[in-house]
Amino acid sequence: MSDTGFANLKFKTIVPEPPVEDPTKNTSLIVTENLRLFYGASQALKNISMSIRERMVTAFIGPSGCGKSTLLRCFNRMNDLIDHVRIEGGVKIGGQNIHGHDVDVIELRKRVGMVFQKSNPFPKSIYENIAYALRLHGMKEKADLDEAVEHSLRNAALWDEVKDRLHSSALGLSGGQQQRLCIARAIAIQPEIILMDEPASALDPLATGRVEDLILDLKKDFTIVIVTHNMQQAARISDYTAFFYIGELIEYDTTNKIFTNPANKQTEDYVTGRFG
Amino acid sequence: MAKQDKRSVGWMGLKRGHRARPLEWIVEKFIFMVSLSAIVMVFLIFLFVAREALPVALGQTNSSLVKKTIAPDQMEKLSRTELMEYLELTPKQFAQMDKETLKDLMLVKVEAAAEAPNDKDAPLNTTTWSMLFKPHQWTGYDQPEYIWQPISQIHKYNLVPLIIGSLKTTLIALLFAVPLALAAAIYVSQLADPKTKEWLKPAIELLAGIPSVVLGFFALLVMASVMQAVFGYQSRLNAFVAGIALALAVIPVVFSIAEDALTSVPRSFTQAALALGSSKWQAAWKIVLPAAIPGVFAAVVLGFGRAIGETMVVLMASGNASIVSGSLFDSTRSMTATIAAELAETVFGGHHYRILFLIGALLFIVTFLSNMVADIVIHRLKAKLEGKA
Repeated sequence: MSDTGFANLKFKTIVPEPPVEDPTKNTSLIVTENLRLFYGASQALKNISMSIRERMVTAFIGPSGCGKSTLLRCFNRMNDLIDHVRIEGGVKIGGQNIHGHDVDVIELRKRVGMVFQKSNPFPKSIYENIAYALRLHGMKEKADLDEAVEHSLRNAALWDEVKDRLHSSALGLSGGQQQRLCIARAIAIQPEIILMDEPASALDPLATGRVEDLILDLKKDFTIVIVTHNMQQAARISDYTAFFYIGELIEYDTTNKIFTNPANKQTEDYVTGRFG
Repeated sequence: MAKQDKRSVGWMGLKRGHRARPLEWIVEKFIFMVSLSAIVMVFLIFLFVAREALPVALGQTNSSLVKKTIAPDQMEKLSRTELMEYLELTPKQFAQMDKETLKDLMLVKVEAAAEAPNDKDAPLNTTTWSMLFKPHQWTGYDQPEYIWQPISQIHKYNLVPLIIGSLKTTLIALLFAVPLALAAAIYVSQLADPKTKEWLKPAIELLAGIPSVVLGFFALLVMASVMQAVFGYQSRLNAFVAGIALALAVIPVVFSIAEDALTSVPRSFTQAALALGSSKWQAAWKIVLPAAIPGVFAAVVLGFGRAIGETMVVLMASGNASIVSGSLFDSTRSMTATIAAELAETVFGGHHYRILFLIGALLFIVTFLSNMVADIVIHRLKAKLEGKA
């Protein structure tokens, strides 16, 4: 039943090689090859082929239900947690097929961190939130933990605000601070990639600004893939932008090109706010 | 100038600034009354139990077998009230009796005193607080001991063996039930796939549906023999058997509430932990369980209440010997089983009867206090988790 529908689909494969200003950064870290994802019988991703560049911010935009979050969750295999999900095609990170039999999903998630839409610090102290992640990956010495906690809080631009109350509950922080704590927790274990699923959609403009500044700052060290509904946000912080529509990758290019001179009519309509 | 009225609901909701909705108002008040009635019932039951136990608590009972007697021919010298008190009669009973009957009653008293055992303990009032809780060196014993023998010639009412019996069986039950129930709750709520969860959860909760008399029956006939064969202890029915059987009754209570608490921990915590590279087990153990601690604690306290209040299982499986022993494999007798076994045979209003009510009141107070303390602890834990403390 789903097979017939599947066979009738006409595939549109995009493998863009966007121009890169700085040739030293011209390496692809994440490559998807004909990635197809099914929730039961319905197809959520249709033949996605794209490469995401190292130490760049790549934004995924598109109307709700277009598959951008689903694709993001493929990169750290969070879709494994959902029943009846079937994935075809491949995702390679650093040349390794992440769905291969030799891949330990825990090792993968250590390399690919994630920040969620709704900030989700653990109901523990600020310190313990980060220390949990560090201990998970083998850090035991108190001195090491102290140093790493401070380091990641500093990197997340949160240290000055919380240094006097490291041992009070993380749930006492404001929404924006909680989200930055989640980012600090994600970067504490030194991943290569940070996936962000609408990280600022629940924050006020001021807190959003801070998170955006942080993302720009983090791109020196990490490859960032961000899903956003906010066009201006994508334009402000990303180097590359991919536009999705109903499970398909419609256009993928430098952010500048997508927002000023998109090749596709649908992309143009979406980024100019005519639909979506 | 009209006073600005408060935003109160008012009679039948009229002050809300809406049309009156008498039916809704009546239903609302009715539900409120029903919930109040539960509190009233609990209060009334406690009042009843406490009233029956009060004379013991206030030291108004006397179980002494040797009392001062007055010869029947001295009757004329006693005043009306003195005579009434001496014969332990109510004014109403007294009014119905003629002189001859009263004289006979006095004679009975004298005869009864003559038959009092010739024992150094016979004059003792064994219902005082110190006799209830402190050891006493009874005639024929080498050292002071805690003894509950309410229907021996000299009524021995020491509560310590019963308290130890209750605590022993409860402790064994909790030691077995809590780890098993929590492990099952963690498994069902966090680790099991939905299909397993679908049948496993109701299956464990089905245990709660087994009547405790059936559990006791099973413990008495099957478990006791099997466990004696395995462990090779002497008394077939003992605290250990009763405790394990009790655990079967406690497991579904603890499981059900702990499972609810664990399931209600937001999925976002688990997701965050998994995204950081936790295994499912690490996320469940280090993140979800600590986040659910208030609920889990409530589950354990409720399990304690169930265990210490359970009667039938311990009555049938514990052996009912009221002895003070540290061994888990000796027979034992709980407070609840004592009430159930003895209350029907006591003299209404007598000291034995009143002391059984005192045990009931003690059980009531213990569970009430444990629930209250638990409530406070749970509130603190919650506040701590939510970052308010």
